[in-house]
Amino acid sequence: MTAGSASIVIIGVGNEYRSDDGAGIAVARRLRALFPSGVTILEESGEGAALIQAWQGAAWVMLVDAVRSGVPPGTIHRLDARAASVPTGFFRYSTHAFSVAEAVELARSLDQLPPHLIVYGIEGENFAAGVGLSPAVEQAVETVVERLAEEVRAAVARHNSLRSQSQ
Amino acid sequence: MKSKTIKVDYLARVEGEGALLVKIKGQQVTDVKLKIFEPPRFFEAFLRGRKFHEVPDITARICGICPIAYQMSACHAIEDACGVKITGPIRDLRRLIYCGEWIESHALHVYLLHAPDFLGYEDAIRMAKDHPDEVKRGLRLKKAGNEIVRLLGGREIHPINVRVGGFYKVPDKKEFSALAEELKWARDAALATVRWVATFAFPDFDRDYEFVALRHPDEYPFNEGRLVSNKGLDIAVREYDQNFIEDHVSHSNSLQSRLKERNSYFVGPQARYNLNFDKLSPMAQEAARSAGLGPVCRNPFQSIIVRSVEMVYACDEALRLIEQYQKPDQPAVDVEPRVSTGYGCTEAPRGICYHRYRLDDRGLIVDAKIVPPTSQNLKTIEGDLWQFVQTRLLLPKDKLQWLCEQAVRNYDPCISCATHFLKLHIEPE
Repeated sequence: MTAGSASIVIIGVGNEYRSDDGAGIAVARRLRALFPSGVTILEESGEGAALIQAWQGAAWVMLVDAVRSGVPPGTIHRLDARAASVPTGFFRYSTHAFSVAEAVELARSLDQLPPHLIVYGIEGENFAAGVGLSPAVEQAVETVVERLAEEVRAAVARHNSLRSQSQ
Repeated sequence: MKSKTIKVDYLARVEGEGALLVKIKGQQVTDVKLKIFEPPRFFEAFLRGRKFHEVPDITARICGICPIAYQMSACHAIEDACGVKITGPIRDLRRLIYCGEWIESHALHVYLLHAPDFLGYEDAIRMAKDHPDEVKRGLRLKKAGNEIVRLLGGREIHPINVRVGGFYKVPDKKEFSALAEELKWARDAALATVRWVATFAFPDFDRDYEFVALRHPDEYPFNEGRLVSNKGLDIAVREYDQNFIEDHVSHSNSLQSRLKERNSYFVGPQARYNLNFDKLSPMAQEAARSAGLGPVCRNPFQSIIVRSVEMVYACDEALRLIEQYQKPDQPAVDVEPRVSTGYGCTEAPRGICYHRYRLDDRGLIVDAKIVPPTSQNLKTIEGDLWQFVQTRLLLPKDKLQWLCEQAVRNYDPCISCATHFLKLHIEPE
């Protein structure tokens, strides 16, 4: 496996049959079109133990999920999980007992956090059963795709320069 | 008269969103409600008008923890409608992928959701600080289960390789070699799990339950068998609707199931174990005996031991299936639709998962019914709480609340599966 594909992982979290909960999945699918190779792009349901596995061995991890924290729909949150803990309850609308915040904090307890872990949260509006994103969330998905694309390009560049220095 | 209310607005460590309310007046429990407020499921309505071969992939989306259970029940029900019976290596591979799902689901529940109750931690994150080796063992065990699902299902979450009639692609025998090595580790780890959970302290509790599970003449049940109970139920899967009924209760978005003739019943690992102990592998039986369990275990708090014993069995059975595997000539058999109704019931990690589909002459779904395991256990969970609290009224409220939540988690309820869409009825055009 090349350093690029193993080391940079993007994880879209959510359930596309739960309206705005599909935001993370939508981001992952759009990024896959922008980065057909060189970056690992995964879709996850948000079950925490699977998330810990998904980022195992990766150097740069960027995770996107829908959140419901009470701010206007479409608001974009960005957290550096290495720098601060992820509030449990933030991803409470996940249908999983052990989800994103728990996975991050459990990995921290076990010293299994990746060296870089950025978590994007997109504030959702409608989490009812159904397909399709609310307009504000749709717009936020576009913005997050652009911002993540930039972050990925920067991570690839930094990663490659670190690799060439170490060779 | 002194009254007390135990109210948990948001039940942690259960799949989905639920709340618990227990009311006590004087020396009497006066109300118990397990409330479910997860947005109702729309899958039964959503399936109408879809092609029969789409059903396994759509129903797999109902639950991120047990997609295989939905795929398997859907495939069996549709094959039943079309008059097809799957045998040989394809049938074995279905058992194998189910082993994977049991391992991952049970490892998650035992280690991350239920063990903290017994060891006095608020959650697995805090538990991991003091018990890192156990938590790491649990995560690796779960991963071993995921690996089976990934190899046969194409991916871990929402597997895409399962189809009506079999699989889209089946592995060569050599593809199993790395997995088999990991499963040998997993089987040892599952045995260690049984020894670990057997040391926990269990509240003294039992009731006169009616346990319901599949029973098959030759094997511990996954995909096939008759529905049996310890109180005389012995029916074919297609007789399910004549024997079970679902009630809508106002405090819950989920339907609550009961037996028409009697009442509440108990599904899941403990029901399977109690009705099929003789079909467990010798190693799993021995693990159970060493942990102090007899062939029947009626204390739901000990379900954590039973789940661990089933992990031993699932690893053991997976290794047996891999050992004897011969790649089939075709990954699937042809299934031609016909106007018919089909019935399927398989053993999800949490218990029986019943599906019924009516097909038209073009193979379109006219009507669907899906009964997940958790909605079948809801009445039993509430019944447990009535009795459990009544005999422990003198406990301090925080201790009692802790034990009530623990009692709910005995059933590993998956509330996101249990909720159904109740109001919307779309008639096919």
